[in-house]
Amino acid sequence: MSAVSSTVALFSKDVRSELRTRYALNALLMFVVTAVATILFALRADQPSPTVLSGMYWVVVFFTAMSSLSRIFVSEEERGTTLTLQLVASPSTVYFGKLLFNTALTVSLTLAVTVLYTLVFSEFFIIQTPSIFFVTVFLGSLGFASAATIIAAIVAKANTRGTLYPVLSFPILIVLLMTVMNATARALEGENFSEAMGDFQILVGYILVMTGGSFLLFDYVWKD
Amino acid sequence: MKFVKYGSLGIISFIVIAGLGIPLSPSPQSWLEFPVIPGLEDKARNLFFHVPMAWTSVLGFLVSTYFGFRYLRTKEIDYDFKSVSAAGLGFLFCILATVTGALWARFNWGSFWSWDPRQTSIFILLLIYGAYFALRSAIESDEKRASLSAVYSIIGGLTAPFFIFVMPRMMSGLHPGAKEDAGGKGPLFESKMLAPNMRVLFYVSLIGFTLLFVWMLQMRIRTARLEYESSRELSER
Repeated sequence: MSAVSSTVALFSKDVRSELRTRYALNALLMFVVTAVATILFALRADQPSPTVLSGMYWVVVFFTAMSSLSRIFVSEEERGTTLTLQLVASPSTVYFGKLLFNTALTVSLTLAVTVLYTLVFSEFFIIQTPSIFFVTVFLGSLGFASAATIIAAIVAKANTRGTLYPVLSFPILIVLLMTVMNATARALEGENFSEAMGDFQILVGYILVMTGGSFLLFDYVWKD
Repeated sequence: MKFVKYGSLGIISFIVIAGLGIPLSPSPQSWLEFPVIPGLEDKARNLFFHVPMAWTSVLGFLVSTYFGFRYLRTKEIDYDFKSVSAAGLGFLFCILATVTGALWARFNWGSFWSWDPRQTSIFILLLIYGAYFALRSAIESDEKRASLSAVYSIIGGLTAPFFIFVMPRMMSGLHPGAKEDAGGKGPLFESKMLAPNMRVLFYVSLIGFTLLFVWMLQMRIRTARLEYESSRELSER
């Protein structure tokens, strides 16, 4: 099998096993609903500014992602299928297959948060520049997945998996979080597309550096 | 290695005496007088301590990442001792730089912390160091701990250019060299902004702190090796 087709095969295996249990999807959806409800309780009748809303948006995305993205490697360790995977697939196949799955999960997560946000904050969460918003959400999801996948691979080999994951991910994701929060606030305030170009350059640079670095380092994490 | 030990101690003592002792004068005539910088006065002396400490903390991180990389290539546990020793020292100097910076900011900018881009970046550096040691404490096997923490420090190092070099110069802030700063790139790069004697003392201080780092690093590596060997002897008995 070529590298691309085996990556796709690994991806579809993960999708199928996810659709059988819907473990990650259900947990993800419930987490989003809980987090947004908490924000609603906290705000009461206040009118949140675009800065606060875009910040809250990515806070919800960050913590939801932290609750579910590490599953991708932890579940292999728990089911004892790591060795099989090491035998049948090359490390780069495993990395890109898992990255693809995490990207799909993050994109659906951001879509869910966006839909919920437009429903509950219908008066304040008005995307005035959709082009900035959707490019930001897409690049942000890619960046999230690229950093979260390699950290998930590291965390799956450690003893305290659950608590360590956000601790390890936050310092790596902070640059990304600040940039996407900035760009989302621009989209809500209705700035022109060209004004967000600086943010997009940082995001693209971050994605390239993270994916390239993780690809080169994945071997050392994956093989015991 | 006597040179490193006495050299660093000598230079640091010299910096403390000269940096704090040389008087200020409105119109400096000799090399033994610092000019009065309006708005800074005696507070300008922090330059000789705070900046070298911040430099050493970044140096510690780079050295740690380099030895982590060497470990991954060779799988020799000795490189892991070097890596973790450098990270520990980098963490120490990172805390010192944060404290000296925050104290200085309290008297010069009005508050201990104001999320200036460089304050943000040193905060991220502290978090990376903290996460690195949290990860190390969560893994029992020596080889696994060494290779996973090496990978983590390299991943952390990959994001470092973004918050150390890109963000502080793109966003407006309070530190020299920020975007929209009237002083251009800051006193270290604009020759007329810093008196020559202060500049010389600053670079001497930089050398002194680097030597101190090397000396402490050697001691820590020796301790780490001894600890490893004694624990192995205990387990063999």
